[in-house]
Order: sequence, then structure tokens, then C-alpha cells
Amino acid sequence: MTDIFALLKGNPEDPDFEKKGVIVQGITGAYGSLHARNMIAYGTNVVAGVTPGKGGQKFEDKVPIYNTMKEAVDATNAKISIVFVPAKFFLGAAKDALEAGIKLLVAIPEHVPVRDTMEALELAKQKDAVIIGPNTPGIMIPELIKIGIMPPMPFKAGKIAVLSKSGTLLYEISDALTNSGFGQSITIGIGGDPVNGTRLIDAFEMVKDIPDLEGMVVVGEIGGDSEEMLAQRIIDSGFNKPTVAYIAGRAAPKEKRMGHAGAIVMGTYGSAESKVSMFNKANIPVAKRPAEVPVLLAGKMEKSD
Amino acid sequence: MQLLEFQAKELFREYGINLLDSISSTNIEEGRKHAKELGYPFVIKIQVPVGGRGKAGGIQKCQNDDEFEIKYPQVMDLTIKGEKARAILLEKMADIKKELYLSIFLNRSKRCYTIIASAEGGVEIESVKNQIIKEIGLGEVSDEVAQEVAKEMGLEGKHAEGVIDTLKKLSKLTIEKEAELVEINPLAIMQDDTIMALDGKFVTDDNSNFRHPELEKYQEKSAIEEQAEKSGFSLVELDGDIAVVGNGAGLVMSTLDMLSDNGGKPACFLDVGGGATTESVYEALTLISKLDRVKGILVNLYGGIVKTTVVAEAFLKAYEDNVIDLPVFSRLKGTESEKATEMLQGSRTKIFSTVEEAINAAVMGVKK
Repeated sequence: MTDIFALLKGNPEDPDFEKKGVIVQGITGAYGSLHARNMIAYGTNVVAGVTPGKGGQKFEDKVPIYNTMKEAVDATNAKISIVFVPAKFFLGAAKDALEAGIKLLVAIPEHVPVRDTMEALELAKQKDAVIIGPNTPGIMIPELIKIGIMPPMPFKAGKIAVLSKSGTLLYEISDALTNSGFGQSITIGIGGDPVNGTRLIDAFEMVKDIPDLEGMVVVGEIGGDSEEMLAQRIIDSGFNKPTVAYIAGRAAPKEKRMGHAGAIVMGTYGSAESKVSMFNKANIPVAKRPAEVPVLLAGKMEKSD
Repeated sequence: MQLLEFQAKELFREYGINLLDSISSTNIEEGRKHAKELGYPFVIKIQVPVGGRGKAGGIQKCQNDDEFEIKYPQVMDLTIKGEKARAILLEKMADIKKELYLSIFLNRSKRCYTIIASAEGGVEIESVKNQIIKEIGLGEVSDEVAQEVAKEMGLEGKHAEGVIDTLKKLSKLTIEKEAELVEINPLAIMQDDTIMALDGKFVTDDNSNFRHPELEKYQEKSAIEEQAEKSGFSLVELDGDIAVVGNGAGLVMSTLDMLSDNGGKPACFLDVGGGATTESVYEALTLISKLDRVKGILVNLYGGIVKTTVVAEAFLKAYEDNVIDLPVFSRLKGTESEKATEMLQGSRTKIFSTVEEAINAAVMGVKK
């Protein structure tokens, strides 16, 4: 299993411990440049950008820009990249990154064709790399590293892992957690697409053995069966840290895509009822409102004390 | 996007999958012409992009002109799961020996295409028994796998050949058109032992539309949906009276849930996307003004770094330009919210600090 902390933080003996290099693919676009700036402001060590045809230039007079990922990786030895290219160019950008040796690829674009995601995933598997997303806000260790588009305000360093399919709900719920004194050890945006590079179960494997983890929050939504698979995995693994879930889309009509490409109920497949009942089976309470999440988490913690 | 049955069948025909004779129409005059061409008996089938048509009375047998004159308008007038008839398909009656089930879908958790087949079709997939499930990777189904499926279905001779042939064509169609789901239910063994697709379901991956201009003709959008798409919004129309607007699909779904929990009836789901600007919120209000049934607007924006004053400006401008004349119940999370509240004093927009308060006010507000 991927040691996500080794990738994001490294080990104390590494020269780049807690300042792992990140390459921004599409750094000169409006969206890419905005978030490159925001990430740098947050403390993320953005070591290079890639925009074909703009190699040799510098971003904000500081960050070198390369034409290809190979050049960028050769020059920086970075293992992490974040992709801001338009959806139809995602597969090309992902191949470029994975072939160059990137081990963690954060895929921000929305509207990537599913087939392209699956092809990128096949390559990632061969290269022993991890893709987060597409259609994700990204991944962060609050107050240390942010590889994504999330605003910094809702997050605070702490001991709760938050896994979320939705972006704004991740902010909303992390905000509620922070206000209740629950900081976050890591937040992972799964993404709202039908096929996710890192599924909820994969994200769970990444966080379940964090030594000082005090709890986990899962923010799911209608569509697919990744919440059900996660609940089953939690049961099978005997994971016993206080865990709370939230599922969006209980009131959504069937067979309608609710904003996210993956948020659609087909028959009973992907329904909120199915997810809630599996979480119940795993003894995980499901909040009715985002604001209820920290309340339920506090309740769980009291019981486990 | 889910295609209508007759559209799915157009694609099936293109790929050489056996079908009964059928013709689609959008009014009874056209229908009468088709009835003559086709000849009785035939089946009248409502064309809606949802399942459960049979149960809702959307599929009717027709033996003669008298029945046709009664049943065609009846079926045309049905609304199934909120969907009105887009067309009516007349299809020759089938002489069936046995109904099978066959589909290929994009397996989200296994990340590959997957076949589901069964020798007991004709019922909804949830009730299909003895399902044979085969993961087939990202390419077309191989001869070997197709033969295995037919064998496991207990088919032999002509029946097996027919199913293998259909499965291979279906798989080619799925891959080439980048479908999320292609289903034939029932796939029938006819009295003459041929294999025919009696129904067809086809769900596209809308994100791959740019590679499939040939599917564009099936895109059916209302004027308002088209406008939403142009603005980069996601809109789903619902039948209540409170429009729900927010940024981010998850947040809007969550708002919809809470509104429903509190007895409110959502009129639409409108996601303006990750950010919120004066323009995007103004545009959203313009869209909503075109929905007649709306009595109030519930806005839930998680701004993060967005200035709520920017959003407040959009409300003020929308009233000023007479775009809307509806009460707005709004929760704006972001910076400068006190100033925003001040700006909106005396307008028909109320700002609340929690979404729960905004929802309660909206539910009470539209009752008045």
C-alpha cells in the first residue's frame, strides 16, 4: 500500500523532509497560476511548472517552467505533480507525468472522459504511482502541505482523517470539525467522477495506520458503491477508531446526474439508503446535516474512551 | 445522458444487432401513418429516459385501429417518474420463446467494462436471477469470453451463436461510443430461434461528448438547461417551489436534503461550480427567473476566500434590473459577511449565518 505520508512529508533523514517538491502541470493557465500562487502561499514547495511551449520562462520570477514533465522531473527530482490542464488534455498530461516518474498525481480537472481516467489508472498501476481524482479538490496535510485548490481557512492541523467525494462539502465539514476542536491529520479529496484514481477504500488504507489518528470522517454522496465497499472494509479490518459518515443526495431523484458525473442512482445501485444501511452495519453513524458531523464524532469518542 | 429506446436501437441497428421492425413518432397523425406501414398487431411504447415504463402503463398492445386511437393518446399523455413522453415507438409484436438479459457497463469500483448476462431476463436488473458477471478490461470482449458467457447461460447451437454474436456487437458499440451502460433487456430467443433485442438502454459518458459528434443529435435539452450548460452550471429541474442554488455538487445536494427534511420542496438543483462571482450568481438568478413554479430561492454558498459582498452585489443587481422579484434566503459563508448583510438591508434578500436558519425561513417564506 502507498505510504502517502512518505510521499507528502518524507522521513526526517531526507534533505527535503516536510518540503517535498511539487510540479504544477498547466502552471501558466488562469486556474493553474492562481492555485500555484495559493499553494506557494500555503507553504507547498512548488519546484517547477510545465506548460508546453513556455519552457525556459519563470513563473512569478521564481519557479522554472519546462516544456515537458521529463525535463521538469529530471531537473527537480520531484515525485508529486498537480494537473490543471483542460479535461480533454488530461490523459496526455497524466501519461507525461507518470512516464517521467511521478508517484503521486493530483488530478484537478472536471469532465475528464471516464475512459481516459481508466487508461491513466492502468499506466499508474504499471508505474506503481497513485492518482488522486480527477475532479478532486486535492490532498492536504493541514498547516504543512496543500496540493489542491481548497481554501486554507477551514483546515487546521490535528488528528482526524477526512475523506470526501465532494469539494465544498469537504470545506464545510472540515470547517465544522475545526470549530469543534477537531483538527485534521490529512484530508483526501476522492473526487466526484464515476471512476476515482484513489477510491474511498484506497484512501482508507492510506490513513488507517496513522499512529496518532483519533478518528475518521467520510463524506460520501449518491452514486456507485464505494461507500458500501468502504463500510465492508472497515468491518473486515476491525478498524476501531471513532468514525462518522455523511452522505449527500438523499433527496435526489433517481437516474438524474446531480452535478457530479458520478452522482447518479441507477435503480438501487448508488442510492443513499444502500450506503447508510452499510454504514449502520459497520456501526458508523451517518450525520443528517454537515453540522452534525462533529457532534456525532464527539459522541463516538466519548464512547470509545 | 440516457438515450431513448428508439435512439439506442438506432445505434444497435448500426452495429448489426437484430431488431424487430419499429418506427417512432411524436404525434398521432404520424403514428397513424406508421400503424399502416407496420400493420397490426404491434406494441405502443412510450419513449422516456427512465425505467419502469411497463408498470406505469407506458407499453400497450394494439390489435386494431380502434385500440390505436384510444391507446396512443393515453400513452402520449403519461408522465413517468416526472418524465413526459418524448416520442412513441410502434414495434411489431414478437413471438418469443424465452427472455434473456445482457448488458455491458462501466464497473466503477473495478475500473473496467463488465458484462452481466442471465438466462432469466425481462425483469428489472435488481430482480434478474443467476447473473453471470465477467470483467473484461478496457477492450472489446474476446471470442473466448463471449463463448463462456453463452455456455454459462446454458445456451447451445443457434441460441448460443446468436448471443455470442450480439454480445460481440454490443461490446464494440460500448467501446466505440464510450458508453457507461448498454443494456438489452429482454434479449429474446424468438420462435424461429433467432436472437433479438426487444428493448435498448444506452447511457453515454457525457464527458466524452467532444469525441462523439455523431451522438449530438440525441442531446435533448430544454432552453434553460442549455443556458445553464453554457454558463458552466449543473441544473436539474425538480417539481417543487423553492429553487436551490449553491457552489459545488455535494453542497447543493446536501442543501436539497436538508430542505426536504424540513418539509420544503425543491424546484431545482443548481450548482454554479466551485467559485462564486457576481456574474455567476447573477446568471443563476436569471436562469431561475425562467422557472414559473419558483416562489423563493434558497442560496447556500461556501465561499472560503470569496467575498460575500461580491455575491450581495449580484442580488442587488438582479433586483435592480428586474431579473427577479422573489425572496432570497441565503447563507453565505465567506469574508466580509457583516458588510454584505448591511448592503442587503431593505432588499428582498435575507442573509442567515447558518444554512439551517436559511432553510427554515425559506420553508416559512413560500407558505405565505
